[in-house]
Amino acid sequence: MKKLIIALMLFATPMLSMGSSGAHLDDANIDLGDKESLQRGFKYFVNYCLSCHSAKYQRFERTANDLGLSADDVKQNLMFTTDKIGGTMDIALNPVEATGYFGVTPPDLSVITRARGSDWVYTYLRSFYLDDGKSTGVNNVVFPDVGMPHVLWELQGWQEARFKKDEHGQMKFEKFELVKAGSMSTEEFDGAMHDLVNFMTYLGDPSRVEREALGVKVILFLLVLFVLSYLLKKEYWKDIH
Amino acid sequence: MSFINWVDERFPATKVWNEHLAEYYAPKNFNFWYFFGSLAMLMLVNQILTGVWLAMSYKPDADLAFGSVEYIMRDVNWGWLIRYMHSTGASFFFIVIYLHMFRGIMYGSYKGPRELLWIIGMIIYVAMMATAFMGYLLPWGQMSFWGAQVIVNLFTAVPFIGEELGVFIRGDFVISDVTLNRFFALHFLLPFVLAALVFVHIVALHKVGSNNPDGIEIKKNKDENGIPRDGIPFHPYYSVKDIMGVVGFLIIFSLVLFFSPEMGGYFIEHPNFVPANPLQTPEHIAPVWYFTPYYAILRAVPSMMGSAFPGVVAMGAAIVCFFFLPWLDKSPVKSMRYKGPIQKVALGIFVVCFIILGILGTLPTTAGRMLLAQVCTTLYFAYFLLMPWYSKIDSTKPVPERLT
Repeated sequence: MKKLIIALMLFATPMLSMGSSGAHLDDANIDLGDKESLQRGFKYFVNYCLSCHSAKYQRFERTANDLGLSADDVKQNLMFTTDKIGGTMDIALNPVEATGYFGVTPPDLSVITRARGSDWVYTYLRSFYLDDGKSTGVNNVVFPDVGMPHVLWELQGWQEARFKKDEHGQMKFEKFELVKAGSMSTEEFDGAMHDLVNFMTYLGDPSRVEREALGVKVILFLLVLFVLSYLLKKEYWKDIH
Repeated sequence: MSFINWVDERFPATKVWNEHLAEYYAPKNFNFWYFFGSLAMLMLVNQILTGVWLAMSYKPDADLAFGSVEYIMRDVNWGWLIRYMHSTGASFFFIVIYLHMFRGIMYGSYKGPRELLWIIGMIIYVAMMATAFMGYLLPWGQMSFWGAQVIVNLFTAVPFIGEELGVFIRGDFVISDVTLNRFFALHFLLPFVLAALVFVHIVALHKVGSNNPDGIEIKKNKDENGIPRDGIPFHPYYSVKDIMGVVGFLIIFSLVLFFSPEMGGYFIEHPNFVPANPLQTPEHIAPVWYFTPYYAILRAVPSMMGSAFPGVVAMGAAIVCFFFLPWLDKSPVKSMRYKGPIQKVALGIFVVCFIILGILGTLPTTAGRMLLAQVCTTLYFAYFLLMPWYSKIDSTKPVPERLT
């Protein structure tokens, strides 16, 4: 009987988290307790993402509070689209115009890490390579034929992708080669992307840290209550044979 | 005259309390499996309460629905907790109900005189599936939209009236704002229908009395006061025991709720964090896990003459079979404890098939998986259709007079 319950529980647990293109994904090493990383990620986010992409369900004030930043700091250094600290991270870009530029409307990024997975976003941001066949001049290994240009080229530089034929004659990605250095080394860039994806993971579910902290308390309370309810049951049942 | 006397002269408060709790005699040998009835009620109450509070901030509008869910998650005080209690609660409601049904099958709780009790329970299960299906549309994510599209399209496979039936359900030619509005209205209504059905379920239960792991009728052996010798009052014995069960359950529930509310994409699917887009079909559409066994059966049955209708019939039949269990089971004993090896093996195969079908229903099909799904579907139906035969020829152990 117990085995059946275990089987039913297993049935409801995760088996595989799949990336849509099937490309190998690097671990983003998410750590939502690292406030400094989140703050740096927030900075990259507003500087590099938040002009074409919105995060319209999230408010600046909430973000400032959660990341331990003062409202003034955020107002002066990180808010370019609104001057209201209680405002949402919306953008001025018109979706119709955007479609003209990129072929698609850049998606809202509020919950993108929950849709794609943090590892996917982390790998994606580091996988742009030069491709003359594309109007943006770049392609992406994780998201082939993506409409997004390589916004982070100043930091990363430009890289080329090397492919080789596998046993089925299919072209498979092998490795990147940096052909023009950016302002960051590969390690620095990976670190910056870790910070950015860390922030975007926070953005996907901003109450997660609070939730997990509350969860520990709730479960400790329930464990104590369970012992008490067990003793109560035992006391009542002692004369039933 | 005390207050309670004053009430009793106007409303049978003490009478109801005694008949259904303090002097309702339940068999004294309930085991682990008997927690799931009270837990199912707990989950229904959880869904109704959190649902009402969600409805205070949710907007059933195709342009606003997705954003209003994120508004609840971010801007509403404790909104994230209420939302996760509701989404986790939906999956746990089904886990509890599946275990509750398994208990009924294992101990023969559907057999006479409890046929109606079982059928009312099955009606609750079907109503619950309808409620869950409509609720899943409300976040208006990609899986909400395309899941609803696929399921409603099943109705369009009905010969002759299919197209009209689809339009009747959706209120449109595709899933749209109109559909979202009506699903929200029905998703709000159905839980109260469910609550009424649960009430009827319990009225029927208290008429015939609870079955037990031995499958012995305790009412056949009463003492001089007319009290079953193997019965104990529900209150306080089972009320204190169920409190313990509730707390134990809440520990497991909280583990998921606080630490893994998406449950790796099974309780909240990843594509549902992308707003519904009628122009972009997701790579792989899978219903939520509690529907996947039936979805796998649907896919396992090949189309005939270009119509998916046979698969739809098989899917419906897979649910309808449960209704007939009381008459399919010809065994002279109720409980699996006293049934022979054939019925034990049959139940084991059935459970394994149900789980395999559930897993297959979440995955894209391949030739190998299709074959496996067809084998499991065949065994699923064989469990029911051959039951009148194998339950009759199976050996039995002698059933004791009193509870063990």
